[in-house]
This record gives sequence, structure tokens and C-alpha cells, in this order.
Amino acid sequence: MNTEIIGIVTMFLLTLLLAIPLGRYMGKVYQGEKTWLDPILGPLDKLFFKLGGAKPDRDMTWQQHLLALLTINLVWFLFSMAILMTMGSLPLNPDGNPSMTADLAFNTTISFISNTNLQHYSGESGVSYLGQLVLMLFQFISAGIGMAACAVVFKAMKEKAGDKLGNFYNYFIKSCTRVLLPLSIVVAVLLLINGTPMTFKGKDQFISLQGDTVSVSRGPAAAMVAIKQLGTNGGGFFGVNSAHPLENPNYFTNIIENVSIILIPIALIFTMGFMLKKRRLAWMIFGVMTVGFLLLLVPSVYQEMKGSPAITRLGVTQQLGSMEGKEVRFGPAASAYWGITTTVTSNGSVNAMHDSFTALTGMFCMLGMMVNSFYGGVGVGFLNFYVYIIIAVFISGLMVGRTPEFLGKKIEAKEMKIATIIALLHTFLILAFTALSSHLYAHDPKTYAGWLNNPGYHGFSEMLYEYTSSSANNGSGFEGLGDAVPFWNITCGIVMLLGRYLPIIGPLAIAGILAKKKYVPESAGTLKTDTFTFGAMVFAVIAIVVALSFFPALALGPIAEYFSMK
Amino acid sequence: MVTIIFFCGIYTVLILGIAQAAPAKGNGVTVSVNGKVVGYALEGQSFTQDKYFYSRPSAAGYNGAGSAGSNKGPSNPDYLQQVKDRIDSFMVHNPGVKREQIPSELVTASGSGLDPDISPEAAKIQVKRIAVVRSITEDKIVALVDANTEKPLLGLLGTAKVNVLRLNIALDELKQHTAFSK
Repeated sequence: MNTEIIGIVTMFLLTLLLAIPLGRYMGKVYQGEKTWLDPILGPLDKLFFKLGGAKPDRDMTWQQHLLALLTINLVWFLFSMAILMTMGSLPLNPDGNPSMTADLAFNTTISFISNTNLQHYSGESGVSYLGQLVLMLFQFISAGIGMAACAVVFKAMKEKAGDKLGNFYNYFIKSCTRVLLPLSIVVAVLLLINGTPMTFKGKDQFISLQGDTVSVSRGPAAAMVAIKQLGTNGGGFFGVNSAHPLENPNYFTNIIENVSIILIPIALIFTMGFMLKKRRLAWMIFGVMTVGFLLLLVPSVYQEMKGSPAITRLGVTQQLGSMEGKEVRFGPAASAYWGITTTVTSNGSVNAMHDSFTALTGMFCMLGMMVNSFYGGVGVGFLNFYVYIIIAVFISGLMVGRTPEFLGKKIEAKEMKIATIIALLHTFLILAFTALSSHLYAHDPKTYAGWLNNPGYHGFSEMLYEYTSSSANNGSGFEGLGDAVPFWNITCGIVMLLGRYLPIIGPLAIAGILAKKKYVPESAGTLKTDTFTFGAMVFAVIAIVVALSFFPALALGPIAEYFSMK
Repeated sequence: MVTIIFFCGIYTVLILGIAQAAPAKGNGVTVSVNGKVVGYALEGQSFTQDKYFYSRPSAAGYNGAGSAGSNKGPSNPDYLQQVKDRIDSFMVHNPGVKREQIPSELVTASGSGLDPDISPEAAKIQVKRIAVVRSITEDKIVALVDANTEKPLLGLLGTAKVNVLRLNIALDELKQHTAFSK
């Protein structure tokens, strides 16, 4: 069999092999049970709580959780704005990179606190080492926030949770110290061994074999690359992200990084199964997500390995496949695998340029972000899926004439309203803003000529991709888009902001309201949610919502491009 | 809050500390010839002269202080024209090579603009040209390419590749060697 195919199958199996025990471990962490890291990290947690003045044992209601979440995010927002706008004259800036303008700092700050990591700057020249470290801090805490919110929902899904949903600071700090930190250290060390730099020295210069003078950017990259993958952040140290040979030196590091991308999102499903003692439900959810994932993955790998039809017409051989925007050490299969894993989760790091993917692969990447819950971002992916489950329970309840119940709690009008609004918000943000930018471009192509790097259908795809990526808190891009201008900085900032917090608030509210309701024991009349049939139902709900919402837009972009190249 | 100090400071210092035990102390591994640094092991560099194996086209001009892909869409007519020009130019410099033998990675830009590798096929297609320019037999150069070919990981995973910088250094050494033996 082809070594490229074996490579990606290995990556997926390895992820699964690691995710199951990690899921159990995280379940123990969130339930406050003993784990083998306690002796080392226990004192550290205590220090955090003591210095931060938090009481980790105090139970909170869902409203209090929400308040805690929003308060700390506001504090981080102000802190980050201040640093990014002044870093040019702060220490740790050997390359003399400038401070950011207000609109760019606004975009970058929101991008990093919202776990998006959309980057309208280039790491080598747009940010100092201090700036990079601050952004790295957000890669930890935005991931920790997402995981904490998810833990609250797990807790609320338990049978007799009532009003006591644990302590937010406890979940948050432990997500960071017990899960993200140890894993990041392991990944960072593996990267270091393979040559990823970790230094505070500035640019180096040498004369190449052919006699050209070449500068080389370096920096404290290994630490950041580790957490960017694990926390589904995706913000690269260097401009081209993990396509850069220093961020991702070889096929082995590519495996490590790619496994890291989907590890925690998958593990969290098993965490839920463990905490709720509902293994079958966890496997049902995993099954639905995996079917969706494979439906996006398989055709993408096929398209990339087949090569671009336009290049075929030029007469050269595409023995590897489509190679524009890709690296030889990864090859098309691993590039397509990365492309899909990074978009179904909300990671958004790239090891190949998505703008140069063949037309349909570009579409599958967008679809991954439009669904945004086939695995999804750390924590938030499950929250999005939870919304779809609620909708599916309600619809199937109506279909078979039973009261819609999920885990022994009745689902009523209020929960449904929230779920529907959240499910439609994503669509609304993407389509409304794409329409706005298309309108501006179509009416004044001269003023906005700098926006698009490609003409025709593909140009439209660039704009659609940018807002999809923003709303999904993904952060990858069709990077040909000239997005470092106030219009894109500000609109994407708004989209990221709404696309992050509302989908956390919604599920948290639903779970909180459900938790307070009376528990109805399962009876013969209960709709079973851990069955194949219900899994198919959830999948159908997702497919219908996404297809109906996005098909017209996709038909104007990638689908039209595909047929025009036939 | 405390998290700032910890994740900005302590985690960074910890990784920095571990880096001191890593190759080149985390400063990036360099490649030297005769004691002079000629490149970074992981980053590709521009090779456009006929006496060297070409590296891939780069949207960043192999500038290690800025990385970039072309971000050209697959249907972009300007881009397709550019690829066509690259093919024509390659055929002028490599007489006797047929169009359908040229691997596409030699005429398409990489993702990072710093791709250090080409496929073994892309190296072999250039052997004839280099043999003529350097007056070395083709067999010797083919052997050199084979010796510098890295198999897929564990022989099983991913792609086979040739590091262009290392191959070209070896090529220079081969020339000196034959000059001495004459």
C-alpha cells in the first residue's frame, strides 16, 4: 500500500489509542479524584488558588460560572491590547519589530482570547518575542476556558446535579495545569529534539552555497508550537505556520503535531462517557463525529493525491499529487489530512496553504468549519454538538410522539429557543458578513482591489473562508486575502467575538436549566439516545442544517470553480 | 493574575532550559562547509544555477526572515501561466527531458517558501544536465542522489525525499574529489 496512506491511517489510530486513556484521566481530574500527577502539580494548583484568591471548593450555579468566565476574559482583553500596542518599545524585541495599530491589535487580541488564532500579521516581522509569549499565554487560557465550560456542561448533565456545578476557577486552572501543561511539555521536547528553535536570539545571517546572503528568523518557537496544537489554537510562530520547516521539521514531528490537534477534542468525548458513566453514549457521539470526519477526509485526500486538473493539462507529471502550496516532506495525503483535521477541530494551524488546495478540498475544509462539531475545538466542539443533540432530541421526540427527553430531563420551549438561536447564529454571521464584503467588492472593485489574490469564483471563496474561519474560531485562512486592513480586522474581530462567546453561553444555559429540572427515570416510553438510530438522527440534523444554510454559498465558490476546471 | 507569570515566564524558561540539551541549544542547527556556515539544516535555500540541483520555486524567494506560500488558487489564469513559463524554462535548461517527465513540485511553489526537499524523481530528472555542466559521469551522480535519498519514516510512513542543500554540498565535494584523483 502507498506509504502516504499508511502514514495518515497511522496518525488516526495513534490519536484514538492516546485519546481513550487521556479521556479517563481528564474525567478523574474534573471529578477531583486522585491522579498520578497530584504530588507534583497539587502544590502548584494551591499556589494559583491562593495567589488568585479563588476558592476551588465553592460550588457555583451556571450564571456564576458564566460571570467568572466573562470577567477573566475582559481582564485578558485589556492586558493584551496594552502589550500588543506598545511591544515595539518593550524588551525582548531583538529584531526591532513594530507595535500593532489599534485595529490590528483588536483583531489579534480577540483572535487569541477566543481560541481562534486568526493572524492578520506575520510572526517573523509583525510581533516581538514578548508579544509572542503573551499570545502563547492566551493559547493556554483560551483552551482552558473552553475545557472548563465543557466540564461544567458535563457536570450539569449528571442525573442529580441541581444547582451545584462545581467551581469554574477549579476547572479552569486544572485544565491548564493538569492537562495542557504536561502535554505541552512532552510535545515541546519532542519538537526540540527534532530541531525546532527555542531561543531569544534574533535573526541570523549567512551566505548560501550559491552565494546569496540569507537572513533567518528564529525565536522561542518550540514552546508555542506545542500549545498551539494541543489547545486547538493554531496560531503559528512563523507566518506560514506549521508548513515552516522550523515549526514542523519532518514527518515525525508532523505526526506528533497532527495527533495533538485532535487529541483533546476526541478525548473529551470519552471524558463525558466516563463522568456520566454512559459509555454507549460516548461511542455514539464519537461514531457520528467520525463518520462526518471521514466523509470530509476521504474525498479530500483523493483530490489532493490525484492532482490539479489544470496542472495535468500543462503536461507535467503529478506523481505526488497537487504540490502547489505543499511541502515535499509531508506530501499531499498528510497535507489533506492536516487540512481536514485542523478545520473540523477549531485548530486552524496549517501545514500546506489552503488557498492552493484543489477546489473541492477547499470546500471540505469550509464544511468542516461550518459544522464545527465533528470533534470541534477543545471543549467548545462538544458544546456545539450538544446543541445539535438537543435539536435532534426535540425533532425525534415530535416524530415518534414522545416527550423529548435527554438524560432524564424534559426539553421544553425555552431550551429549544436557545439551541435554535445558537445553531443559526453561526450561519448568520458567516453569510451576512460574506454578503457585506462581496457587496463592497462588487460595487467598487478598484478601491478594494488589494483584497483578493485570485479572480473569479476562487476570490469569492477567499472571503467566504475568512468569515467561516472567524465564526468557527478556527483561524486558518485562504491567506491570499489581503486581510491586514481595518475593514477585515474589525469585521472579523466582531465575528470571532460573537462566534466564541454566544456558543459557550447558550449550551451552558441549556445545561444549567436542564440540571435544575426534575429527574424523570427512564421508562419504556423514553427515547433512547445512545442507539444507532438516534446517532443517524443527529447526523441528519447536522447535515440538513448545514446543507440548507451553506449550499448556495458553496455553489458560488468552490463548486463553481470545480466545474469550471473540469 | 498568576497565570501570566506562570505560562509566560516559568513554562517558557522551563522549555528554554530543556532546549539547552537539544541540538544546537535550540538556536537552530546550521550546516557548515570548511568551517563556514552555508545554511540552516532544516530550511531550504535557492538553487537556480545549472551546476546545482534546483530547489523548488518559492513565493518567498527562500528568504528565511519571511515565509510565504503563493496562495494562488488552482484555477487562477495568471498562476497557470506562471507554471507554464517555469516548465518552458526548465525544458530549455534541461535539453532532452520530456515535458511529461517533469515532476510538478519543480514548477509549483511550496507552502513555506523554504521547502528544503525535492522528491528523488525530481532530482534524477536533473542528473543529465548536471553531468554535462560538471563533466562527471551520470552514474556517479545517480549514485549520489540515491545515497542522499531519505526513505519514508520507518520505511512505511510518508514520502521519500532528497534534501537539496545536502545533495549539492555532496556534489561539490564529489567534484573536488575527482579533481584530486586526476
